Amino acid sequence: MTPVLVILAYLALIALVGGMAFRRGRNSTEDFFLANRSVGEMVFFLSIFATNMTAFAILGSSGQAYRQGIGIYGLMASSSGLVIPLTIFLIGTRLWALGKRLGHQTQVAFFRDRWECDAIGTVIFGLSAVMLVPYMIISIMGGGTVLAQVSRVGGAAPLIPYWLGCAIVAVAVTLGVFLGGMRGTVWVNILQTTLFLCFGAVALVTVCHALPGGLSHYMSGLAGDPKTRFLLTREKMPPQAFWSYTLIPLSSIMFPHMAIMCFSARRVTAFKRTVVLYPLAILLIWLPCVFLGVLGVATLGKVADPDGVLLLMLDKYAPAWLAGLLGAGIISAVMGSDAHQVLALSTMFTKDIYQHYGGRERYGERAAVHFARAFIILVTLAAYLIALGLKASQGIFEIAIRYAFSGFAAMAPIMVAALFWKRSTKWGALAAALFTAACLVCFALLQHYGHPGDVIWQIGHGKTALKLLFINPRGEVSFWNGFMTVVPMVLGSAACMIAGSLLTRPPSRATLDKYFSQADLSQEPNPCIPREQTQCA
Amino acid sequence: MKPVKTILLTLLVFAVYVLHQDFWNWKRATPLVLGFLPIGLAYHAAYSLLAALTMALLVKFAWPKHLEDAAPK
Repeated sequence: MTPVLVILAYLALIALVGGMAFRRGRNSTEDFFLANRSVGEMVFFLSIFATNMTAFAILGSSGQAYRQGIGIYGLMASSSGLVIPLTIFLIGTRLWALGKRLGHQTQVAFFRDRWECDAIGTVIFGLSAVMLVPYMIISIMGGGTVLAQVSRVGGAAPLIPYWLGCAIVAVAVTLGVFLGGMRGTVWVNILQTTLFLCFGAVALVTVCHALPGGLSHYMSGLAGDPKTRFLLTREKMPPQAFWSYTLIPLSSIMFPHMAIMCFSARRVTAFKRTVVLYPLAILLIWLPCVFLGVLGVATLGKVADPDGVLLLMLDKYAPAWLAGLLGAGIISAVMGSDAHQVLALSTMFTKDIYQHYGGRERYGERAAVHFARAFIILVTLAAYLIALGLKASQGIFEIAIRYAFSGFAAMAPIMVAALFWKRSTKWGALAAALFTAACLVCFALLQHYGHPGDVIWQIGHGKTALKLLFINPRGEVSFWNGFMTVVPMVLGSAACMIAGSLLTRPPSRATLDKYFSQADLSQEPNPCIPREQTQCA
Repeated sequence: MKPVKTILLTLLVFAVYVLHQDFWNWKRATPLVLGFLPIGLAYHAAYSLLAALTMALLVKFAWPKHLEDAAPK
């Protein structure tokens, strides 16, 4: 009962912070969606980190470490600790400057203006929304599952059943975002990120303190037993998959909620602290969770649900009030990212569809904020109902998210071209976006209907055949030699961007002058670039 | 930024990226660093610190200062 009370008190506090932000807010879309571009340095770091961390960082990481061992840290955490700050440094800062200078509030608005084309923005909007929605649904599912697990006493039914847990998380997120918009969300993020940054260290110290014999005893035992030794190595992890995973963090900057966060900073200097602290924050959360996941094998033995190993350890080794606080840390990871996803979807629908197609002229600025709030309620309600109705199909959403990460990563070449390559064109971007969409659909269908060992595409026959696309023994679609699908997706998207751009006419000189200062442009006028502004048909 | 500095920083980022693929630790469970941390995990924990240091160097030597003056058009 105590953990449930602690978590409920925490949720009430979050709703309160949302209410306080509501009183500070003004009825303009820039204020509601971007907190008037006024987010300060430390808040920016805490918020951007909360945007990216989901429940997977705590529960999923320890669960995967329980199954596969310590390699999970290198696979998912340490590469993110380099690639994500790098993309924030190189891309996020440029996005911020363009947003400040030209008033863009979403990446779709930037793409439309950069390539003088409505259609490319609409295609990227559609693709981003389709990839984001399953992510949002699974966040609510994760929240419901965590609340049910935390509120279970012994073998009895949980005090908060799954449906109620989903509802509590959905209502708390909706209230925070509905009332406070971006301001409320980032205020709540301060509390949330602080909580889950402390989570790992506190959980590790608590468990270590309660373990008889010390950590060395258990880890030496795992290393000495041939059956468990693999958990302390990466011998069961294919090197190709390990390298492929370093491309996945490219997805981060293409998440709409991440790009929108970049627009919200008050000054570009806010990025300085963020990019340096980001790898350290990843270390602080992931290292204890991965370590505890592996330790769970030695201390708990076989468990029915490996994703719940951390909760089981806390239940066994931590006092009830602390388990409640740590449970609140997990819930905060779920809600921090979910709130940004809901806000990003609402921002995109309001700015890129409603306002772009004449809503503001017809109904005014205040009506746009009301539209955004109504959208937030509708989208969360829909996500909640889907989370309830399709609980048994959770695996489908997990597949969707797995491919959504690859999909967003494959869209990174579009962003890089838009920011750094003057010669890039809307046709190149369109080709890359359509290639990504086609890959997503194909790979998801293959994964769903294929069987381990199926070869989908090979060159040649017999023993010398070159397998280019196949289903690996774990049931995942794999590319040549065992690389993950993200590799051909990123490379293919980049190739489409380059080929499509070189074969078509670039945007007008006026647009290029707007995005690339005169000093950066060639002194000699490029004959390929027309002086008149072109417009997309 | 001077070309030499650009090349050096690019090489630094590339080297750090390559260091992520620590094939030499692939099958090693021991030694246990500090008595309890498997060598592969300790390496990647140190790698995270290296990533933070790399970012600090980029901020110091390659910060896009010209963006600081961005003002609404």
